[in-house]
Amino acid sequence: MATESKPRVKLPKTAKAGEVIVIKTLISHDMESGQRKDKDGNIIPRQIINSFTCTFNGQPVFSCDIDPAVSANPYFEFDAKVNESGTFAFTWVDDNGSIYTYEQAIEVN
Amino acid sequence: MVKRISVATALAVTLAGTLGWAANADPVDEKLYIDDLEMITRATAPEGHPFDEVLSGWLFRETETRAVEADSFSNPAMLYVERGAEIWNTVNGTAGKSCASCHGDAAESMADVGAHYPKWDADTQRPINVELQINECRTKNMGAEEYKFDAADQVALTTYIKYQSLGTPVSIDLSEGEMQAWWGKGKELYYTRTGQLNFSCASCHEVSMDKFIRADHLSQGQINGFPTYRFSAANMVSVHNRFRGCIRDTRAEMPAAFSDELMALEVYVTWRGTGLSVETPAVRQ
Repeated sequence: MATESKPRVKLPKTAKAGEVIVIKTLISHDMESGQRKDKDGNIIPRQIINSFTCTFNGQPVFSCDIDPAVSANPYFEFDAKVNESGTFAFTWVDDNGSIYTYEQAIEVN
Repeated sequence: MVKRISVATALAVTLAGTLGWAANADPVDEKLYIDDLEMITRATAPEGHPFDEVLSGWLFRETETRAVEADSFSNPAMLYVERGAEIWNTVNGTAGKSCASCHGDAAESMADVGAHYPKWDADTQRPINVELQINECRTKNMGAEEYKFDAADQVALTTYIKYQSLGTPVSIDLSEGEMQAWWGKGKELYYTRTGQLNFSCASCHEVSMDKFIRADHLSQGQINGFPTYRFSAANMVSVHNRFRGCIRDTRAEMPAAFSDELMALEVYVTWRGTGLSVETPAVRQ
């Protein structure tokens, strides 16, 4: 489904200090592997999201490289322990140089 | 050598474990909540139904697959619902109209509508499903072209419209027009063996329901969750696509989508799922 890449993130708006929260992320993307051919037999050039990073108040929380075997619309779910209020920042890097970002604040009390 | 034996033993234990599990594989006894909204996954069968209880295909799937459907954030099909909403609001055709121009907010105008299709269409004197209803609206009211079968926009818009009925029990009106006769025709097709493998729909989804066909746990073949996101396709699969896929697997010639045969089958198979919640967009293997 060729659509614009749009990041989506689900995490709680509030948490208790020291609580482990679940973070779910999804970005719509074709993840064209570079292995496929079009009707005329030409290789369809690779275009994937090649890395994903999550930081909290500038500190790394989770990051990974992504390879062509990852299917369309990559979804990542991971846990993070939050000790203070702050902002989660998410970054997806596209092969074509585009960078998609998303930020969401959490209040910790 | 010792190492080799231990590997063989471990393998034997694994195999035995797998087989033991397969033999005891019942539909799970769990409830499905999609974003806290409870779905009816078990319903008392309507009169004349071969089963006592109608079961959603969700009950037959792996734990992980079930979990993906239960959270709309993790459900990849929600991207298609979003795309459907865009189409709903986009002007298309010579009349300068979008779906929303006449129908307004789909959350209101389409609420529960999808749970009661196929319906009798007096104009064409045959049953009409959501896909064909969209096409009729496009050609008659919007001055737009029909969607071709399984065009990405057809599937997305159908998914969006049926999603407005999420949770509503499936029921169709067989008293309208000649629906009863089409139901009968669909029933005949359901029990007719076809293809080189000589299977009818009932061979798998009635006689062998709850058994395994290789690694696949056979369900009742309900269509209350269609269009459905299937991991095997990494895409949405429409009802007629699935019908054709099943028929292809029996190595028979496939009737065309929306042909009389498949419309009759859709009427009958929808009736077989009477009482189950619409789960569109469901998630399957």
